[in-house]
Amino acid sequence: MRTFSEYLRDMFSGIRSLLSGLSITWKELWTKKVTRQYPENRDTLVISERFRAELVMPHDENNEHACTACGICQINCPNGTINVISRTTETEDGKKKKELDRYVYNLGTCTFCNLCVITCPSDAIVFSNNFENATFTRNKLVKQLNHEGSRLREKKPIKKAGNEAEKDSQTA
Amino acid sequence: MLLNYSQPLELNKLTSRIDAALHAALPEFWAVVIELVLVGILLIATYALLAVVLIYVERKITAFFQARIGPNRVGKYGIFQTVADVTKILIKEIIHINRIDKFLFYTAPFFIIGASIMAFGAIPFGQGLQAVDFNIGVLYVISVSSLGIIGVLLAGWSSNNKYSMIGAMRSGAQFVSYELSAGIALMTMVVLSGTMQLSTMVESQRYCWNIFNGHLPALVAFIIYLISGHAETNRGPFDLPEAESELTAGYHTEYSGLQFGFFYLAEYLNMFIIASIGATVFLGGWMPLQINGWESFNQLMWFIPSYLWFFGKVAVLIFFSLWVRWSFPRLRIDQLLNLEWKYLLPINLVNLLVMVILVLTGLTLTDIFK
Repeated sequence: MRTFSEYLRDMFSGIRSLLSGLSITWKELWTKKVTRQYPENRDTLVISERFRAELVMPHDENNEHACTACGICQINCPNGTINVISRTTETEDGKKKKELDRYVYNLGTCTFCNLCVITCPSDAIVFSNNFENATFTRNKLVKQLNHEGSRLREKKPIKKAGNEAEKDSQTA
Repeated sequence: MLLNYSQPLELNKLTSRIDAALHAALPEFWAVVIELVLVGILLIATYALLAVVLIYVERKITAFFQARIGPNRVGKYGIFQTVADVTKILIKEIIHINRIDKFLFYTAPFFIIGASIMAFGAIPFGQGLQAVDFNIGVLYVISVSSLGIIGVLLAGWSSNNKYSMIGAMRSGAQFVSYELSAGIALMTMVVLSGTMQLSTMVESQRYCWNIFNGHLPALVAFIIYLISGHAETNRGPFDLPEAESELTAGYHTEYSGLQFGFFYLAEYLNMFIIASIGATVFLGGWMPLQINGWESFNQLMWFIPSYLWFFGKVAVLIFFSLWVRWSFPRLRIDQLLNLEWKYLLPINLVNLLVMVILVLTGLTLTDIFK
């Protein structure tokens, strides 16, 4: 059986713990609010670099991309979101060459798994941070990633570097 | 004499002018009838308006306690959020449930809201702003607000739903237990002020609020009253009648549309009624802050109209209620009953005895400094 002093001690320790709880919520009342009011804070909005919002193909200032139309992304895509349509052209010295015609990406079926970006051998595609993708019809979610009239970027800088390295080794 | 000029915003002059005009223009009977209707309409309008304001305030303060902003889209700072919500609830369909006890099911919300409005009518909102002023006001308020539990039990029973039933039974056990504590805490103050009439109670606290006048036992009674009053409103840590994780929504699970709105309204207004009775009995009601001897200060205080004093005191108590609500986790049913029967009730009984001794031996603050 509990004694009367235990009863009192229980009661006062209970009151003390209640008061400490109240003091914590009191402090919480005056903390800075964490809510971000989205459409108003567009200018200051910070979105993590790692956020995968939409697949894009970066083009440089000469309207050139790095996609060789190898189709590895299409093979790796788990739900057929990517469709790489290539065409064959002839170069000046008569060689037949595969070239990217249209890179079709369906945002509506994309699960943002990132497998296409990981497996791309020439780093031609990346995920961008542009997350405002709402449209009124589903057709608008099917996008062509390569721009009109864009070409494959020549790998000159890399070749050049290789030549210089050879020269260096010869002189040495 | 000076008081006549120093209370520009008081409403009692307006009400007495209307009263005089009605009595001059109409025979006695019709004047009284018209006044009754007017007062009734005013009370119900205030009731609805207060609910709208309270829901908004509650949502805002809740948000602040959780480091959120709260409703902020409908109107500036979201002030019309509850107006939109109320409109929505008014135009919603009342869903008819199969195999319920129809008569009880449809009358239950009226029991709750009726009890709530009846208690609401007895509150002194300000100088001359009290609809019913019984000489047993405290007793009346306690008994009338206890009627609400009948509605809760009826709602739970007639819904033909085990969750509603469990919720109603829990609510019944909780309400009956805590009503006892709240009643005895109020009786302690009745002993102190020597009257049950709410208007004389306010008048007697002109220079010294009851909570100071009765110092230690009054403070204990105040805390016990707050705890048990909070428990009676089925909110905060005592919300196990509608514990949403266990019982979906307790006794009003099966209600929809306006019927649910009635329960919702009554819940918020009960919070207001508990707070306003607390303010009236313990904190001097609508009486402005008055200090004996400081005449000019007292006059200055009267410039703030009495109803603002009342609502200010009530707001403090309501804020406290919300603070408690967002601080503590829900009690288990055994903890709930332990708290009442093993702690609050014995302390309360001893406290009542202490208060009686205090009053009889002349140890209240006004007696000491006479």
